[in-house]
Amino acid sequence: MILIVDLCWKEESLSRYEFVSPIEGIVRRAGFPTVTRHFAGIEEGDLDGVSAVILCGTALQDNRFAEDIERFAWLRTCPVPVLGICAGMQAVAAVFGGRIAPDLRIGMTEVSVLRPDGIFAGKELFPAYELHAFAVAPPACFEVLAVSEGCVQAIRHVSRPIYGVIFHPEVRNEWVVTRFLEEHAGPAS
Amino acid sequence: MKLGVLCSGGKDSLFACWRAMQKEEVVCLITVVPANPESYMFHTPNVRLAALQAEAADLPLVEVESGGVEEKELDDLRRAIEIARERHGIEGIVTGAILSVYQATRVQRICHDLGLWCFNPLWHADQEAYMQSLIEEGFAVIVAGVYSAPFDERWLGRRIDAAAVAELKAMAAKYRITLTGEGGEIETFVTDAPFFKRRIEIGEASAEYRNYNGTYRIEKAMLVPK
Repeated sequence: MILIVDLCWKEESLSRYEFVSPIEGIVRRAGFPTVTRHFAGIEEGDLDGVSAVILCGTALQDNRFAEDIERFAWLRTCPVPVLGICAGMQAVAAVFGGRIAPDLRIGMTEVSVLRPDGIFAGKELFPAYELHAFAVAPPACFEVLAVSEGCVQAIRHVSRPIYGVIFHPEVRNEWVVTRFLEEHAGPAS
Repeated sequence: MKLGVLCSGGKDSLFACWRAMQKEEVVCLITVVPANPESYMFHTPNVRLAALQAEAADLPLVEVESGGVEEKELDDLRRAIEIARERHGIEGIVTGAILSVYQATRVQRICHDLGLWCFNPLWHADQEAYMQSLIEEGFAVIVAGVYSAPFDERWLGRRIDAAAVAELKAMAAKYRITLTGEGGEIETFVTDAPFFKRRIEIGEASAEYRNYNGTYRIEKAMLVPK
């Protein structure tokens, strides 16, 4: 079971269709069942039976998730692999001591892979879709896997399978999500 | 949240409107009417009939004319959105974008510049499930233009029902076309939607078709009770 976390400003918001449903679709097409929870209501018990967690993005105007980053404290002890997408990457970085800083990017960019971690194996340069008003200065316990001219694009915890990507893999880069699942979430059902 | 919906008259913008109505308050439709039939941003056949759709939905319409020159169209779109904000106090925009990064990024930038939210409730939606929802949720949609092989003239004015979706699905599997037509292969026009108080009846229409390129122009249409 893959836990998908909705970071939008409220539960069952209009943004859910845009930022959560496409990720649910990719995960299900990869053969994994999903359960979705809103970030404001996550409890320890929500991780029972879960083999990986994906934190989704939000609308450009929506930064409510960052108002109380301690809501994501459970990530520090999360026993399963994590992939944070855009707002999800910001939450991952901030909860481990990194910084969220203003950085507006809308549209396609070229991503250069610096470290060919399993997810990015065989990729050196690829186009990706960005939609963010903030980017991340990663915490010390994270390494940078990929960058663009503008900002850090992908990070990974130095000793745990916790990833963040600031670009939106649901647009033209679904392979990022499926490789994360294949590498870290065990066999699909 | 008060929202304005970018409306071309086609299925995607009106289905996005319906999704938005189920979550927030839609206060107006916004239409940019391009002079250029090859418009990069805006769907063209029958776009003037968005006024009739707005009336059917009992919503005000903000309509702006555009010269249809590629990047100048964006200034016209911005002007339309600004008018909608002044007249109706919108806090965000809704679009029917499904896959087009070109359209989505341009609307996102305008919304950001104006401090407005931007919603794309069909973004990367499962195309088959979406087409199914259109039919099940009570949308009456016709094909208003075809711009690609293998669409022949029989498609012009055809209602998108279960049989048409099955045929589109077979064509999408065989040819390089999208099931929803978002690649520009077809354009559509909505004559009824679950939120229409009255439906649109087409009184007179003309079709022009040549070499996989055709339009179904609605000459006369009226609102009738549902």
